[in-house]
Amino acid sequence: MTFMKQALVGFAAVLLLAPALAVAEAPKPALKIENPGQCIAPAEEMRRNHMEMLKHQRDRTMRQGIRGEKASLNECISCHASKSTGSVLGKGGFCQECHSYAAVKLDCWDCHQPKAGQKHAGVAGVKE
Amino acid sequence: MHLEQHSRLESGLFYALVAAGGLVTAIGLGAALFMEHSGHVVTGMNNQIVWGLPHVFAIFLIVAASGVLNVASIGSVFGKAMYKPRAPLSGLLALVMLAAGLMVIMLDLGRADRLVVAMTHFNPSSVFGWNVILYPGFFAIVGLYLWMLMDRKMNPYYKPAGLAAFIWRLILTTGTGSIFGFLVARQAYQSAIIAPMFIIMSFAWGLAVFMLVQRAMYGWNDLTLDPAIRQRLKNLLGTFVAAVFYFVMIYHLTNIYFAKQTAFEAFILLEGGIITWMFWGGYVLIGTLLPLFLLYHPDIWPRPLAVCAASIGVIVGAFCQLYVFIIGGQMFPLEIFPDMLVSSSFMDGQIDHYSPSMPEFLLGMGGIGLAFTATAIGVRVLKFLPQDDISKLKSADGHLLD
Amino acid sequence: MNDPQDRIDNQSRRSFVGTAAAVGAGLGVAALAPGLHLIEVSQAGTARSPGEAASNTVRWGMLIDTTKCASGCDACVKACNTENGINETIKDARQGSQWIRKIELKDPKNGREHSLPMMCQHCANPPCVDVCPTGASMKRADGIVLVDRHICIGCRYCMMACPYKARSFVHQPLTEQNPEVPRGIGCVESCTFCVHRVDKGQMPACVEACPEGAMTFGDLNDPASAIAQRLAREPSTQVRADLKLNLGVRYQGI
Repeated sequence: MTFMKQALVGFAAVLLLAPALAVAEAPKPALKIENPGQCIAPAEEMRRNHMEMLKHQRDRTMRQGIRGEKASLNECISCHASKSTGSVLGKGGFCQECHSYAAVKLDCWDCHQPKAGQKHAGVAGVKE
Repeated sequence: MHLEQHSRLESGLFYALVAAGGLVTAIGLGAALFMEHSGHVVTGMNNQIVWGLPHVFAIFLIVAASGVLNVASIGSVFGKAMYKPRAPLSGLLALVMLAAGLMVIMLDLGRADRLVVAMTHFNPSSVFGWNVILYPGFFAIVGLYLWMLMDRKMNPYYKPAGLAAFIWRLILTTGTGSIFGFLVARQAYQSAIIAPMFIIMSFAWGLAVFMLVQRAMYGWNDLTLDPAIRQRLKNLLGTFVAAVFYFVMIYHLTNIYFAKQTAFEAFILLEGGIITWMFWGGYVLIGTLLPLFLLYHPDIWPRPLAVCAASIGVIVGAFCQLYVFIIGGQMFPLEIFPDMLVSSSFMDGQIDHYSPSMPEFLLGMGGIGLAFTATAIGVRVLKFLPQDDISKLKSADGHLLD
Repeated sequence: MNDPQDRIDNQSRRSFVGTAAAVGAGLGVAALAPGLHLIEVSQAGTARSPGEAASNTVRWGMLIDTTKCASGCDACVKACNTENGINETIKDARQGSQWIRKIELKDPKNGREHSLPMMCQHCANPPCVDVCPTGASMKRADGIVLVDRHICIGCRYCMMACPYKARSFVHQPLTEQNPEVPRGIGCVESCTFCVHRVDKGQMPACVEACPEGAMTFGDLNDPASAIAQRLAREPSTQVRADLKLNLGVRYQGI
């Protein structure tokens, strides 16, 4: 019983301390805005609320079929993808850099295309 | 029976067993992680056979979980004194097996990481959705029931709790069966008989599991089960096995009678290769006829391991039956154009084939490992061993030796 | 509803398709197709303006004339794969995605043969939507049945429920998606009627690619649409009509 207690306390301590240690060591994300210009909202608001904006937009577009909303993942990519890799992922990538730092899992890119200008092949057999 | 009484050697054996069970569970979790990381491409499942071996394991565990509670229900709901001392073990097994079954089915999801989504988004018209409510409800009600049963202060309330648990488990198994019964377009499913069939299957499978666990615990503690109780339980198991067989026969006979279903029945019963073998050899022979023989032959059933062997036969038969039902049901082509000869790039009009891969099997075994480990620990830490006072029992229930 | 830009788009589309059809006719392909093509496109070619939700006054549907559908031709399948970025390789074909597939039929009684494309039938009463535990399987107001991959947990119950085997489960990680068509590991997917094109006033890729003009797409609710008029005039069937699912895809000639 006492062993269990000790183990639990030890485990709790590790849980509490680990993030603090990690924060102390991890370098701040270095973001490069590749296409300087006007975002859809001030940087401070984007940092805080981009997930909410995207989530609301995604639900409206997906479930109600509303197109052309202000917040759009593809628009994010077209501005923020790295010029060298073409992507918002990878080392120094606009999305990944911050999300690694904050240890928040990125769930978008299992399905969405993270590269800007990914050629859309169009309809086979019909010239466009 | 109590922790303090265990010898050193016995303790060592106990920890070895728990470690082995834990290892099997850990390997299962590792397999799930591998599947999650690589995608289901590493499994034998595909877009025709969408549910595979993990579902066979999971559905066995979930159905047997509700059935194993039956022993407790007979004590509490139907007032049979002999069953009451067995109620705690029955409740524990029910909780543990349901947890294990859910673990397997959850870890097989394409997006197992979205468990929270499954909890927070609810579609009221989905049978799966109903089950998402029925499973936690089962945990809560059986937990409550165990508390009433094992806490002397709460003891007066155990009967209503037992009744609630009994009703809930009937609904739960109806829900599990209806996952298949409500599928409109599949030849193998779409039948109202499936829900009651699942209930009677749960009785048989759950009791078989219970008998095995009880036997192991008695053996472990150098106890012998009272022959009268043993006879009672084996007769009950025999009745359940026969009842399942009755339902299976009705299910197949109706199908054979309907012209639109004869091709499907011919596949399952005659031409299905491994599926046909599993049906006749696995379910009918090992899972039904052999147990009935062992349980009712007057010279055989009193022998020490006869009931045990029958229980193992029932469980093997159960796995075969589920394999035939789930995998065989999907191997048979969907009838999209009923009167036509059909061919396509996607198995239309053809019998599909399925070979389960190692990760699938390990995930399923992980569920068994979890159930085993949790039972072993639970039984040792808490007082779950049936502790009957035989003389008291006899006076309370005169017709013990029927 | 239509801003000028949309109208211009429609104009250019019309003239484009007209030219294409004329070329097709010139090559001796599908003599009946050109005129019909022109009408169809003008019907489907209305883009919704930004911010406007899909409406239940519209019900998108498709009419497939199997008498024109050639056995062995898979132009619609190829067009679908290209349009929707279904380009991954997988060892076991049964694990690969098939949003649309060609089915060859033969009537054993009289030997008559048919060839037809099979895909999500966009039921009005879709079993996949009924069984989905999270509500990821959904029917949009305009009748298009979709999977909301944001809340799909990959249980595959919808695939068990679908009478047409129209759904696929993504069995491996993907990287080469079309930006307009997100799709990925662990989720179920199926034909979307090319919803991203339809919302822009374009035709589904398969309809546009069919060399025989065997597929007609349009609004079933609009009596003036080509599809509604043909359905009113000509016999058509729904596959597994006995299930009474009220399909968005109708067939002729079977």
